[in-house]
Amino acid sequence: MRRPGRDTAESQRRITRRGLVIGGLQAGVMGVLALRMRYMQVEQADQFRLLADENRINIQLIPPTRGRLFDRNGAVIAENIPSYRITMTREQAGDVDAVIARLAKLVELDPDELERARRDLRELRGDTPVTVADRVSWGAISRVAVNAPALPGVLPEVGLSRRYPANSDYAHVVGYVGTVSDKDLERIDAPEQLLRLPRFQIGKIGLEAKRENLLRGSAGTRRVEVNAAGRVMRELDRQEGQPGADMQLTLDNALQSYTNARLEGESAAAVVIDCDTGDLLACASAPSYDPNLFVRGISVPDYRALLDDPYRPLPNKAVQGIYPPGSTFKMVTALAALEDGQVALDDTVYCPGYAEISGRRFHCWKRGGHGNVDLHRSLRESCDIYYYEMALRTGIEKISAMAERLGLGVQFDLPMTSVAKGLAPTREWKQANRGQPWMIGDSVNTAIGQGFVLASPLQLAVMTARIATSRAVTPRLIKSIDGVEQPTGHGDTLGLNENLMREVRKAMFAVSNSNRGTAYRSRIIDDAFRMAGKTGTSQVRNITAGERASGVVNNRDLPWERRDHALFVNFAPFDAPKVAVAVVVEHGGGGSTAAAPIARDITLQALYGEDPPLDAYPAADRGRIKTLQEKLRRARPKTGPDGKDRA
Amino acid sequence: MSYLEYTVKTTPTGPGKMLHLNWPLVVLLMAVAGVGFLMLYSVAGGSLSPWAEPQMKRFALGFAIMLMVAMVPIWFWRNMSLLAYLISVALLIAVALFGIEGKGAQRWIDIGFMRLQPSELVKITLVMLLAAYYDWLPMSRVSRPVWVALPVAMILFPVALVLRQPDLGTSILLLAAGGVMMFIAGVHWAYFATVIAAVVGLVFAVFESRGTTWQMLENYQYRRIDTFLNPDNDPLGAGYHITQSKIALGSGGWTGRGFMQGTQSRLNFLPEKHTDFIFVTLAEEFGFVGAISILGLYTLILVFCISTALSNRDRYSSLLTLGVAMTFFLFFSVNMAMVMGLMPVVGVPLPLISYGGSAMLVLMVGFGLVQSAHIHKPR
Repeated sequence: MRRPGRDTAESQRRITRRGLVIGGLQAGVMGVLALRMRYMQVEQADQFRLLADENRINIQLIPPTRGRLFDRNGAVIAENIPSYRITMTREQAGDVDAVIARLAKLVELDPDELERARRDLRELRGDTPVTVADRVSWGAISRVAVNAPALPGVLPEVGLSRRYPANSDYAHVVGYVGTVSDKDLERIDAPEQLLRLPRFQIGKIGLEAKRENLLRGSAGTRRVEVNAAGRVMRELDRQEGQPGADMQLTLDNALQSYTNARLEGESAAAVVIDCDTGDLLACASAPSYDPNLFVRGISVPDYRALLDDPYRPLPNKAVQGIYPPGSTFKMVTALAALEDGQVALDDTVYCPGYAEISGRRFHCWKRGGHGNVDLHRSLRESCDIYYYEMALRTGIEKISAMAERLGLGVQFDLPMTSVAKGLAPTREWKQANRGQPWMIGDSVNTAIGQGFVLASPLQLAVMTARIATSRAVTPRLIKSIDGVEQPTGHGDTLGLNENLMREVRKAMFAVSNSNRGTAYRSRIIDDAFRMAGKTGTSQVRNITAGERASGVVNNRDLPWERRDHALFVNFAPFDAPKVAVAVVVEHGGGGSTAAAPIARDITLQALYGEDPPLDAYPAADRGRIKTLQEKLRRARPKTGPDGKDRA
Repeated sequence: MSYLEYTVKTTPTGPGKMLHLNWPLVVLLMAVAGVGFLMLYSVAGGSLSPWAEPQMKRFALGFAIMLMVAMVPIWFWRNMSLLAYLISVALLIAVALFGIEGKGAQRWIDIGFMRLQPSELVKITLVMLLAAYYDWLPMSRVSRPVWVALPVAMILFPVALVLRQPDLGTSILLLAAGGVMMFIAGVHWAYFATVIAAVVGLVFAVFESRGTTWQMLENYQYRRIDTFLNPDNDPLGAGYHITQSKIALGSGGWTGRGFMQGTQSRLNFLPEKHTDFIFVTLAEEFGFVGAISILGLYTLILVFCISTALSNRDRYSSLLTLGVAMTFFLFFSVNMAMVMGLMPVVGVPLPLISYGGSAMLVLMVGFGLVQSAHIHKPR
């Protein structure tokens, strides 16, 4: 024997003892289970029976009304309109195909939609309502309601759908909503039940997406009595949810609409910012698209057309487009050099039309040269050689720091999609991102806004507002939420030498108002509203030596996509700045010819609040302006005094 | 006691073994399975497909396996215990490496003709191994720390693998079954007191850790606990299952609403009505009488298992039978407690009644072992 018998006997006794203990415990647990059954099924049976009957009483979610969007004067930007749809539930329908056939006799069914609905009916849980027809007419809904007995499982439903009455005007800022997709659900941890409602819409892009949590609101519930077929017989009670917050934007509907119309035909962007509050009064990107198409679900050919358009309608060029700022950057270089004491206001630099720097020849845009140039003249006539010299004296670090102080290379916290950070390049940046040391030529290029430096139209407008006010104006898009005013972007002083700032502003005034200024042709005659600005032309290509020799530098001779970007920034009125404007016309050619006239027109529109009188324009332009104004008036929908009857 | 000591003369052989089966137990199992077919027929709306018919085929297969296991002498199974355990643990590791993901957890491994759930298999092989271990270990060493640590490791290794899948229900089942095996085998009660105290501390820590960086459970597990503690907070979301389940159960009353008359199940207010929540349908349609009868059938199965275990002088046989009985007990008590709102929903099927292959086959193998122990007991 392997084990002594005593051990076996002892172990057998212990197993018996402990086995009985466990058996006793099990008996105890089963006692508890039995008591629980008795308690639930005998003592509380009546109560549960009642609840079971009430289960014919369904709890349903009431989707909240999405917050509406208004412009600064109360004109509607985004609203909710009733939309009728027809849903179907597989379990209650029984023979799905027969019911669909009967339904098709009453309502026109879209074949694509029907195919998708059939698939959902097959694959989803049997008690999930599937939309078979969306956006049907009231007539169709009533026909279905009347024939309800012949259509088991078919339910006409009314819901709310988003509508953007201004069509394409706000597409880039506000974005659009769309039906929750499986991809959306995957991104969210523990999605609310609400998101699983058929055809529930959430923000997909732009403000609608960025402020989804505020705009959505929270769902309410209602208890309804349903019959055995699941049809709602009556509502018993309801607990209202919280509707989404209404928001008032800083945008001005009339100005936004004008700006969009003015940019028509170009691939361009324009930003108008209020110098006092930082309010974005207009923020437009052209060409635009109709967000209502996306709400309905855009068709493949329409979407393809948007994607294939060389003018790229989809991105918001005003905030996510980044461009070399060209000569509009010269204020930054000038202020960096002046603040640093590297140059005095009346110091001059001689411009022979080119400069030799570390063995390379850098050209001024004016082949013959400007001669002796001081700060005032350098900005007014946009001399490049002066700024090459400033770069050599000041160094990239100070220029880059000044750029960031003025808002370039800074990402503003605005509720729009992909707000670009741009780039104010430094030595470290180049080493880290290009793996190459900073070259002196890089500083020289940066000084005139070429090379690595990149800015969005939004940032250029902010820069201009900061130069105009000497304050750190920051942009604001949302004016109030549910009537609660949001903090403005007024900003504290930048702490720059006011004397120097005044001289830079004066030089910008000369750009627009001196007959030697680069934007003289796009000046404002009205004395109360005179503007100060700066042109910019940013090279998209490198000018080859061959081209320079043969003289093929005229933009008109080049294919569109190789032409220069045209830029213009300005603020007005000069004495008491109210608005700052930045306009970028992609591949538009020169800043003075392509961008400055647009910026001037937008500025006047912003200051007058309506079409300006013709005598605000230089006499020679008035005929052309009159025609343009009439054309744009026709292009824009009629706007009432407060913009409210715009719909 | 080694099999050489059996009085071979009195141990039945050949077809005679059939006569020595624990026939009451066989009848009870068939009765419970029969109730299961009935319920599956009912939840399918009075139809053999899609659940009742495959379930019958599986039970037939399981029954055949049970008889085959029963015919093989128990000493063979004892000698196979370690190997069986190692194979099942290897399969668990394989699942972790190549398993198929389903419902957010990695539990299955595809072996061609069926999907195998090794976490089910391990429920039996762990019991087998522990029984064999304590059969081999002399009584005097049972409570020595080293000899306690070894079975603890045997239990914790598969538990850790199952927890990783993640399958909380099965891990708890394994832990409880393993712990009870050790208790029955005679490990000093002080160990258990310590562990229980530690578990209470751990539960406290789990709640404290929520929302911190060292959070110990997945968010969905916390949500289940929340739902359990207060199902009314979210009647349309996570609390839906428990609320609907309680309503269905309670509305059954004394005698129920009648076969195929349960409104909760009919109108699809019940989730998972053919698997984890099938007891609810039964309680709704047959009332307190039906529910308590099922509990009675389960109790009788336990009673027969425990009585044959205690009358068996072979230590392996006793321990194994008690272990299988314990596993069976845990299955149905956790399932019933869960649907009656006494426990969080952890996903444990009702044994022999819920629709599902792995769990049924494994239980039938377990009962086959019980039968083998019964037939081949020393006389």
